[in-house]
Amino acid sequence: MLRLLHIEFIKLWNNRSSKILIISYFVLLTSIALVAAIKFDIGPIKFHLAEQGIFNFPYIWHFNTFITAFFKLFLAIVIVSMMANEYSNKTIKQNLIDGLSKKEFILSKFLTVVSFSLISTFFVFSVSLILGLIYSDYNELSIIFSDMEFLLAYFVKLMGFFAFCLFLGILVKRSAFALGFLILWQVFEGFVRGMIRWKLFDGETTDFIMGFFPLNAMWKLIDEPFTRLGAVQSVADQIGEKFDMDYGVHGYEILIVLAWTSLFIYFSYALLKKRDL
Amino acid sequence: MSTILTVSNLTKKFGYLTAVKDLSFTIEKGNVYGILGPNGSGKSTTLGIVLNVVNRTSGDFSWFDGNMSTHEALKKVGAIIERPNFYPYMTAIQNLRLVCKIKEVPEDKIEEKLELVGLLNRKNSKFRTYSLGMKQRLAIASALLNDPEILILDEPTNGLDPQGIHQIREIIKKVASQGTTILLASHLLDEVEKVCSHVVILRKGQKLYAGRVDDMMASHGFFELQTTHTEALLQFLKNNNGFSKVTQENGLITAFLNKEMDAEVLNRSLMEAGIVLSHLVKRKASLEEQFLTLTNSQAN
Repeated sequence: MLRLLHIEFIKLWNNRSSKILIISYFVLLTSIALVAAIKFDIGPIKFHLAEQGIFNFPYIWHFNTFITAFFKLFLAIVIVSMMANEYSNKTIKQNLIDGLSKKEFILSKFLTVVSFSLISTFFVFSVSLILGLIYSDYNELSIIFSDMEFLLAYFVKLMGFFAFCLFLGILVKRSAFALGFLILWQVFEGFVRGMIRWKLFDGETTDFIMGFFPLNAMWKLIDEPFTRLGAVQSVADQIGEKFDMDYGVHGYEILIVLAWTSLFIYFSYALLKKRDL
Repeated sequence: MSTILTVSNLTKKFGYLTAVKDLSFTIEKGNVYGILGPNGSGKSTTLGIVLNVVNRTSGDFSWFDGNMSTHEALKKVGAIIERPNFYPYMTAIQNLRLVCKIKEVPEDKIEEKLELVGLLNRKNSKFRTYSLGMKQRLAIASALLNDPEILILDEPTNGLDPQGIHQIREIIKKVASQGTTILLASHLLDEVEKVCSHVVILRKGQKLYAGRVDDMMASHGFFELQTTHTEALLQFLKNNNGFSKVTQENGLITAFLNKEMDAEVLNRSLMEAGIVLSHLVKRKASLEEQFLTLTNSQAN
């Protein structure tokens, strides 16, 4: 397993554009800390974002995993191109001839995806922990380590998304087209949602059905955290609006994404096995 | 003698096209094999199948008496198919290190093999800066990293200049002299004739011949003759039962033997008949001529 990871590491780390993208991704992950620096001090209006409760435990787990999940697009480019480049350089053929089995080839890519997700999760965990320790109003251990399921959801979300990118890379064989396909798929899911909502079911059933589509399932793993914020809720109370939402991470949501992940990896393998190179 | 590769009744269809048809042959240790055939005769497809990159339609193949899985066996094989495929953004050394990792062999042979193909002074240049000849040589170095039991080369001199072709052939000869089994696919017959001891000849995916190169050329050869008495000479050859076929081209008469005959004997009897030659050469048929005869006779 380490051998496969090492092989993939050599391929990625010696590629300058991959290296730059990976580094900037992790810099961006860390840069969420910069949010803490947002501070307005215009005469009577004093606003310091960090003081608004976004860095309170355990809310910070929810907030940070939600925001940093957007940066995954950077790594998506890396993953799609690491797959597609194998085809355009025909190195996949040489790898197989040199004695890598097709299973090992897919496994090496999947292990890379898992490592990326794990390292990202660890990064977000560390950055959030530090930010929280500095700014949080509550510092009891039991509060700090509650709601950790958001980190699990974050990991699963990244892994599912990257597995999807991997599959697209193999399916389309060209990085630009694969990324285009990804966007097209997002539009497609939106279109399906619109059609179902319009012609077939009410809002709730539509949401339920859409929960089974890959990108939507990943999106729903971590719900938006903004309406949960104390400040936002007090504003809502004043204007007589009440948010009654379920922000939790649900087991079945994780299962759906895990199922998609394994399907994508299986399809990638089946595709590679079937194709002549 | 141990068997390295056994191919039995291998068939590959691409849609309606049958690229390889019911092909069987074996590769024994220690010989230099050539797979010969015109473009599109199924050479590369056959190699692709045994190298695990093309799926077979039917039939079977086994490496090293079938004692290990194909990808394990491939770690003991060195192969280059058509174009050298490496990561363009990596240097020669980095690329070879990667190959070592895949083949699970130590990295200490890298310098030695680069030396062998004459690329040691360019070892830290990126692959994309290499010329085609250098890329091909790097591919050979990479294929030799594991000191393979068999070296498989598919059109190794394709697209190279004469100097590059010469370099590659020298390397092949050097490797062969060290006792490595070699399987060389090519449509260049003189190439095969120069380095191979055995041949498999393919046409349209079918095997026409498999065996020693010498056995294939076991004809009695032919004479090339020239004279001012062309008519008389043609008459003489026609009446002599030692010749199977006589052709005339640009005043040069070619007479094919159907039994052994010395040039001296022919010359003497022609002199006695009053025919004086200005040109007399006795030759063995080259592989090229044999190949053309073989492929043509099967075509009709």
